[in-house]
Amino acid sequence: MAFAALGFERDDVPLFDGLSGAVAAGDILQIAGGNGSGKTTLLRILSTALTATEGSLHWRGIALALQRAEYLADLVFVGHSPGIKLALTPRENLSWLARLYPVREQDIAEALVRVGLAGLEDVPCRTLSAGQQRRVALARLVIARATLWILDEPMTAIDQDGVALIEELLRAHAEVGGAVILSSHQALNIDGVRVLDLAEYACHD
Amino acid sequence: MWRWFHRLGSPRWFYQTSGRWLPWLAVLTLALLVIGTLWGLAFAPEDARQGNSFRIIYIHVPVSFLALAGYYVMAVAGAVNLIWRIKLADMVMTAAAPLGAALTFLALFTGAIWGKPTWGTYWVWDARITSMLVLLFLYLGVVVLRNSFSGRDTAGKACAILALVGTVNIPIIYKSVDWWFTLHQPATIKLSGAPSMHPDMFKPLLVMILAYYCFYALVLILNTRTEILHRERRTAWVNDLAVSELAVTELTSNEQ
Amino acid sequence: MTEALRTPASQQAVQERLPPELLPPGEGFVGILKRDLLLAFRHRGELANPLIFFIMVTALIPIAVGPQKALLSQLAPGMIWVMALLGTLLSSDSLFQSDYADGTLEQLIISPQPLWLLVLAKISAHWLVTGLPITLAAPILGLMLALPEAGYATLVLGLAMGTATFSLFGAIGAALTVALRKGGVLLSLIVMPLYFPVLIFGSAAVQRVVDGGSAGAPLALLGAVFAFALLLSPFATAASLRAGING
Repeated sequence: MAFAALGFERDDVPLFDGLSGAVAAGDILQIAGGNGSGKTTLLRILSTALTATEGSLHWRGIALALQRAEYLADLVFVGHSPGIKLALTPRENLSWLARLYPVREQDIAEALVRVGLAGLEDVPCRTLSAGQQRRVALARLVIARATLWILDEPMTAIDQDGVALIEELLRAHAEVGGAVILSSHQALNIDGVRVLDLAEYACHD
Repeated sequence: MWRWFHRLGSPRWFYQTSGRWLPWLAVLTLALLVIGTLWGLAFAPEDARQGNSFRIIYIHVPVSFLALAGYYVMAVAGAVNLIWRIKLADMVMTAAAPLGAALTFLALFTGAIWGKPTWGTYWVWDARITSMLVLLFLYLGVVVLRNSFSGRDTAGKACAILALVGTVNIPIIYKSVDWWFTLHQPATIKLSGAPSMHPDMFKPLLVMILAYYCFYALVLILNTRTEILHRERRTAWVNDLAVSELAVTELTSNEQ
Repeated sequence: MTEALRTPASQQAVQERLPPELLPPGEGFVGILKRDLLLAFRHRGELANPLIFFIMVTALIPIAVGPQKALLSQLAPGMIWVMALLGTLLSSDSLFQSDYADGTLEQLIISPQPLWLLVLAKISAHWLVTGLPITLAAPILGLMLALPEAGYATLVLGLAMGTATFSLFGAIGAALTVALRKGGVLLSLIVMPLYFPVLIFGSAAVQRVVDGGSAGAPLALLGAVFAFALLLSPFATAASLRAGING
């Protein structure tokens, strides 16, 4: 995954400019920057939910626009909101999401145990805490076959065990040749994390 | 070709070029309006059945033409913005929507005034009137939708999609309304005698139609220029423009 | 791909992974259709709202215009159609609203499945839980409004296509207004003009049959409008969602 000279402006007000970077297999890239520096915007551009004003995106060496579906099949995006239906149980949520993305032939129940939701598989998500709802979203990382993970503030509303779990998931993913782009305020307890500071590309001045 | 296309898409270029043409267009519009109005109101012969009241067609018909044409102008501008992301097109679309709504309302209004002496009532559920009413609804939808968004770029895209959906639906709506009208009221009233009009009545109408097309272009350009100044108010060239305008005003007031 | 997964992680560290194969497009359609029907079932209290609205407002008509049978039977075809329109319109607002609020809409937009197909699944689910009940309840309202016997079959057939068309066009409006707080009224304003042809052909079909004629022509025209909406709406709605999601 590579992005070059990305610029974004909303209603003629520029947010960032000339932003470039890349992740290769086994890379973890942390996007840093203060509030309003455009972390979420950048991640949404990289996940194609938003279109950049200028710049280019490449995936596996080919322009992303030419292979959108292939790229998206190879991507999991966990955004600000968990992206699950509160009226459904964790199991039901994962099973509808599993029809959108290619998944491993691994059992959904196993994934839910992995993220620490054993025994809560068939409880409506409405009754779960905010942290537990985030864990349901993290279970998507476990079942998906995607190479690239894009995570927007995955540590929000999650306890210490949860942070450890995320770090473990990231480490394991990097080891098997996956790539991760995430935004986080906290420093990660993982070796070899590269940091991209958005403050350097800001357009305020 | 592409360089020309993109230069045309520059708001600044449009502002400066249209500024040069504007006085000529204004003069032409005024001349045509004066000629057409005098000819239509004073010199064209009286209608055998309707007397002098028919003379409202010199406003009603051109305005009705432009109401529909204006929707296509708006939709095409929206499509250009959507496909090539040319900001000027969105500015034109922003300018065209309320203008078209106003023209559609005027068409309905003049139609109602004309209807009173002709059929004895202001409102008839006639196919053309109903179609015009639907067109007004379509315009109002675009105007209201644009005002509801806080983000301008998003508003532009959303309105463009709505205008395009409206455009492909207009023929269907018009045909269905026609069908509905013939179903409920076997053609007893013939609305306008346009095809069988006397040439002496028809020629001033042509002048008026031409005059209103010019008028539409004039107002559209003026609205777009205002929109350009508003959106580009933070840029250097608009600031320079404001400074020089201010200097001119000061100069003239000093002379007095 | 499966082979790469089976090799132990340590052996293939920092090795380029093969991309996963794409799922067939139908998968997402089925997934979303099932999900939305399940959700509707979980919220079955709200499910009946458009239907109850449809029945209650129709019951107001005799109260307002008087109980004369001749008058009611003349008004019946048009009134039932207007009420069906309003019932569907009121529920269109919620089509994408909750998906937008909980972030699942974003997941649909960035899924590898074609968005128009997922949108079509959502519209189908919406029709199954609003348009279909209204269509099936229409004969009861026909009885209440003294609709002549000849009109029932045409009414049900027409409403089945008509409410589906309402849902299809309503989806465009719902997608355009998804990020707006006061989307409901706005949605009605922007899609109402698109409903004119449906209302015209639908009520005319019933009227013709009641008057002893044949409903073939208006029903065929209604079918044409439905087919057109089916072609246009998924793509327009998908485009609107991509534009509208950013507020």
